Amino acid sequence: MAATTIATPTRRLTVKQRLSRLDVKLSPYLYIAPFFIIFALVGLFPLLYTAWVSLHRWSFGSDKPDAYVGLHNYQRLWHDELFWNSLKNTVSIFLISSTTQIVLAMLLAVLLNEQIRFRTGFRIALLLPYATSLVAVGIIFSNLFGDQFGLINNILGWFGLNGINWHTDRLPSHLAISTMVNWRWTGYNALIFLAAMQTIPKDLYEAARIDGANTWERFRYITVPMLRPVIIFVVITSTIGGLQIFTEPRMFDPIPGTGNGGASHQFQTITLLLWQEGFRNFHLGYAAAIAWALFLIIVAFAIANFFVVRRISSAEAEEQ
Amino acid sequence: MTTLDATTPRAAPPSAPPRVPRPARQARHRGRSWRPTLLTYGLLTAFLLGSAFPLYWQALVGSRESTTAFDSTPPLLPGGNFFSNAQRVFDQVRFWKALSNSLIAAGAITLSVVLFSTLAGFAFAKLRFRGRNALYVFVIATLAVPTQLGIVPLYILMAKYGWVGHLQAVIVPNMVTALGVFWMRQYLVQAVPNELIEAARVDGCSMIRVFWHVCVPAARPAAAVLGVFTFVMAWNDFLWPLIALNPENPTVQVAIDQINTGFSKDFSLIMTGTTLATLPLIIGFIFLGRQIVAGIMQGAVKG
Repeated sequence: MAATTIATPTRRLTVKQRLSRLDVKLSPYLYIAPFFIIFALVGLFPLLYTAWVSLHRWSFGSDKPDAYVGLHNYQRLWHDELFWNSLKNTVSIFLISSTTQIVLAMLLAVLLNEQIRFRTGFRIALLLPYATSLVAVGIIFSNLFGDQFGLINNILGWFGLNGINWHTDRLPSHLAISTMVNWRWTGYNALIFLAAMQTIPKDLYEAARIDGANTWERFRYITVPMLRPVIIFVVITSTIGGLQIFTEPRMFDPIPGTGNGGASHQFQTITLLLWQEGFRNFHLGYAAAIAWALFLIIVAFAIANFFVVRRISSAEAEEQ
Repeated sequence: MTTLDATTPRAAPPSAPPRVPRPARQARHRGRSWRPTLLTYGLLTAFLLGSAFPLYWQALVGSRESTTAFDSTPPLLPGGNFFSNAQRVFDQVRFWKALSNSLIAAGAITLSVVLFSTLAGFAFAKLRFRGRNALYVFVIATLAVPTQLGIVPLYILMAKYGWVGHLQAVIVPNMVTALGVFWMRQYLVQAVPNELIEAARVDGCSMIRVFWHVCVPAARPAAAVLGVFTFVMAWNDFLWPLIALNPENPTVQVAIDQINTGFSKDFSLIMTGTTLATLPLIIGFIFLGRQIVAGIMQGAVKG
């Protein structure tokens, strides 16, 4: 009984009026209902329904499946070179971007944590890329990284270096796309790290300094272990977002409408393939199989991430 | 912001009296932190130029002739063609339609996310009811669920109900987020004192009036931050609007994509388009930057 009222004094009130009592009982459910109902309808249901769609041949524009095909779409997926190619590209871009991003964001946070002037100005300016539209960023970077006339290759040319085929070669295209991702998110993650750094008690550093720890040791044995929960948070969110990367590779393509991710699919990611199969080739069933596979990959990565990061940082904490 | 600033490190307080070895160590510390400071400003400026340059580049190319993007030594200053380029953008795509669509969609999504998150966050933070903990665990578990992957059935459903090509197809799937509920709940737990709710109840307030007169005023700072983030996210969303809308009724992102899809690329035109598409958010950011920075940092500490 007590569990359904707010707190003790209300029990005196509830006997006064049955209506008021009903109000207290029902209101919490009414307040959470919009979230759960809408989320179930437009978030959870489509995600689960994806599994059902993936067991069918289902053409675009039809609201019913053409035929039940069992696991055929998954067999096709298993033998689809483009799928494995896109998985490799996605993981490669994700690894390049997330590792450099965390290092850069950490460095930036350390810099911002010093006694600098124009503190707020720096923070706002470094967050500006976060507000920029991804479509615009993709177009701008695709232009800057142009193979023939791009600014970056021009600058390399001033130093007598050969231009790099940022679009046609696999690894350079992954580097360029990772640069795009990092450009947008480094400042944002730096602020998250900075906020967490500022909660570390100062006497820890003071004590370490007395014990003769230098700047690097203080960072390595105090800052990093203390930031552990935040690092886990950033790694997991960047995993979930990074594995679904779509707009960056799509806009990086000189012919973005195809969804090929480069002439030889050299930077086609899984979500790009999903979009191409579903909404360019009109194989909704196969696209659903790709989506469901990606979902499982993301879950696997998130769980692995969690354990790896926890293991690493707790090992560090023990060393200390 | 101010509370956060107060906790930033101040290298060894100068007025700390009794400890004996203080002067020597402080001097040593000062000596060490002098050079890093120059290095600090240098690196920070490099980061700063890095984040500003692509934005400057789009305005630069967008304000010149179409060949500028390919010059081997590009100009450093913007030219005078921005408005004529902008006119060409308006001729080529339904930019004003796209702009109003983006404002309506992002605005509606923001209102809905903030309202429903505050309601649910209040219930989870301050009201007791059967199943509360289990339901809240569910919310947390769904934080990491990539709902974007449901686009195939979502499209089938939207097509069935004739919503494809209409703005509600973009608005409705984004009306709630688990992150919003989590965020508001974390904030409201400490922002609304239980005594205040009890006092309001004793005075005869109904639950909805408690929500409106006690919770909403206290929730405002967190709701504002949630609103800004939701708006930025909704404004920049691309994959789903690309699927659910069409060139006759686009959002800004879909319209910019449309300019970019042509076979012969006119980069000054395209970059004018991207500049127009980023400008509203950047202006908003300059005005609200301080609050947004504070919001991210507070969120990080609580999360």
